[in-house]
Amino acid sequence: MNIHEYQAKALFDKFGVATPRGIAATSGTEALTAAKSLGTTQFVVKAQIHAGGRGKGTFKNGFQGGVHLVDSPEKAQETAEKMLGEVLVTHQTGEDGKLVRQVLIAETIDIEKEYYFAILVDRETERPSIIASREGGVEIEEVAEKHPEKIFKEFVHPTMGLQPYQARKLANQLGFTGKQIRKASSLFLAMYKLFIECDCSMVEVNPLVLTPDGDVLALDAKFGFDDNALFRHPDIAAMRDPEEEDPREVEASKFDLNYIGLDGNIGCMVNGAGLAMSTMDIIKTCGGDPANFLDVGGGATESQVKEAFRILLGDPKVKAILVNIFGGIMQCDVIAQGIINAAKTVDLNIPLIVRLEGTNVEAGRALLNESGLALITAETLADAAQKAVDSVSAA
Amino acid sequence: MAVLVDKDTRLLVQGITGKSGSFHTQQCMEYGTNVVAGVTPGRAGETFEDKVPVFDTVKEARAKAECNATMIFVPPAFAADSILEAIDAEIEVVIAITEGIPVMDMMRVKAAAAHSKSVLIGPNCPGIITPGACKIGIMPGYIHNPGRIGVISRSGTLTYEAVWQITSAGLGQSTCIGIGGDPIHGMTHQEAAQLFTEDPDTDAFILIGEIGGTEEEEAAAWIKENCDKPVAAFIAGATAPPGRRMGHAGAIISGGKGTAEAKKEALLDAGIAVSESPSDMGATLIKHMGA
Repeated sequence: MNIHEYQAKALFDKFGVATPRGIAATSGTEALTAAKSLGTTQFVVKAQIHAGGRGKGTFKNGFQGGVHLVDSPEKAQETAEKMLGEVLVTHQTGEDGKLVRQVLIAETIDIEKEYYFAILVDRETERPSIIASREGGVEIEEVAEKHPEKIFKEFVHPTMGLQPYQARKLANQLGFTGKQIRKASSLFLAMYKLFIECDCSMVEVNPLVLTPDGDVLALDAKFGFDDNALFRHPDIAAMRDPEEEDPREVEASKFDLNYIGLDGNIGCMVNGAGLAMSTMDIIKTCGGDPANFLDVGGGATESQVKEAFRILLGDPKVKAILVNIFGGIMQCDVIAQGIINAAKTVDLNIPLIVRLEGTNVEAGRALLNESGLALITAETLADAAQKAVDSVSAA
Repeated sequence: MAVLVDKDTRLLVQGITGKSGSFHTQQCMEYGTNVVAGVTPGRAGETFEDKVPVFDTVKEARAKAECNATMIFVPPAFAADSILEAIDAEIEVVIAITEGIPVMDMMRVKAAAAHSKSVLIGPNCPGIITPGACKIGIMPGYIHNPGRIGVISRSGTLTYEAVWQITSAGLGQSTCIGIGGDPIHGMTHQEAAQLFTEDPDTDAFILIGEIGGTEEEEAAAWIKENCDKPVAAFIAGATAPPGRRMGHAGAIISGGKGTAEAKKEALLDAGIAVSESPSDMGATLIKHMGA
């Protein structure tokens, strides 16, 4: 799950991470009030969308750039009005662009130097790991590859937490001196607290900046949250913006289905992530293209299967559906009943290929046979994939 | 003898009275697994299926029913606590089936369990089975056949595919271990490979991996140096888009790391036969065993 920049700022404020002051606005008047309340003369107006590349983006109304520097509250209002309700296209949004419904009005700050700072879960050490570099504002993967010596890493014991000496060590490695050390290390400690208490999978501050006055601030941040932990963070779950996501994925998530939209024309419904991935792989090997990844999960109910089916059929790109179920925790007769119920409520006008194996398979197959549905059955995964690919190319 | 579990295994089920817990406990009992106790806090004194005593705590279950393995079906919010309770009671093999445990919880569990006497399998896994002797988990029992091929896998249903292919070819499995699809989990590919390498009743084994992390590469490096048995492998997710989590919390290509391609390369370099299709996992191993 991703969040907007203004939401990230709110989290920073909550955990005491130093960041330039800013206020979100949904109208020109709100932008004016926001700018006036900041009590300064230089502002930056930023369009709030999840995609990157905002500064170099273009609005569909012809207005250039999703990030603007202005020197009065009135100009902040004027700029906000040109952005709000308009569609911004950047290199990350695709040509459809994203509708801007909020702007952030923030104070501008002078920058002495830029740094990179991130916390993420390191799978190899099974610990939170901090990655920092003096090379800020650039692609960190590139730095890591060309100059690994410029990347500093600190691993944190999961039950001890980040120790103050570790934060000071990082500050020192980044070249902070004197009073800056305390400012930088307290920012690192606050950031770590945020990372743990919000169940983040990643927090990336790029850039972290030093001002000419010796302040250390988080200028921009990217967050990743552990979806499995959202149940204990209703406040963070509420920050989710469905407008920024693939509508098919939003629909699927309402029913706890694991769905990822792709570009092909063979819809897949599979149980188990590994099998779902392999089903995509084998469709490709057979010369076809999967329309999606869809794992109905270990304990899917009949109604979930029905909803999964409805989502697949609702995608106009889908020309055939391949159901591949190997029942373990999931029982084949439950899947079969779900398919039958879904087929009754929707107009099934494309080929449906079904391959069932596992727990209660006989009952499942019997239900399908007795249902009178026109479907193509398959014995093995390879057989099922080939039949699906053939049915699409025959159409 | 197979690895980890056999006919002498005395199983405890944590979360025995829940919907999935009770259904699958029943299935395990029908398969012949010796289920000796259940734990559901506040339900001590009840019996499951008129024969399995239910206790309030794992410590009590261990003392009274002498269980040496546990299967955990507790919901994600409380599962980490259940794993810790099992480890604290020194249950030898802890098998966590639960899917959806927060990563932070698993990091703390792993740190706390670092010097424990328990082997943790999972979470987010189908469990472990020694065909004909002991089934602990959610896998359909009838697809298995006692035999001499080991199976290690991060994915549940993909394991069933491999097992079914081996069984259909007239062979069988020594033990099948589902290590789970979470980024932070118990037994690794390498640790499982080590068990099968040392097991006199396992002739060969299949390693089923997927995109994300570097465990397959680490197992490959270990096998290259230490294992003379034939090994086949399959990696799921060759067509998965980078940066997207493919169902399993751990199945994600990030920062260019964890691709199927890199894993296959490392496996091939270790002399492991890599199956290109999930339909050929069994055939690939059988061919490799004959070679």
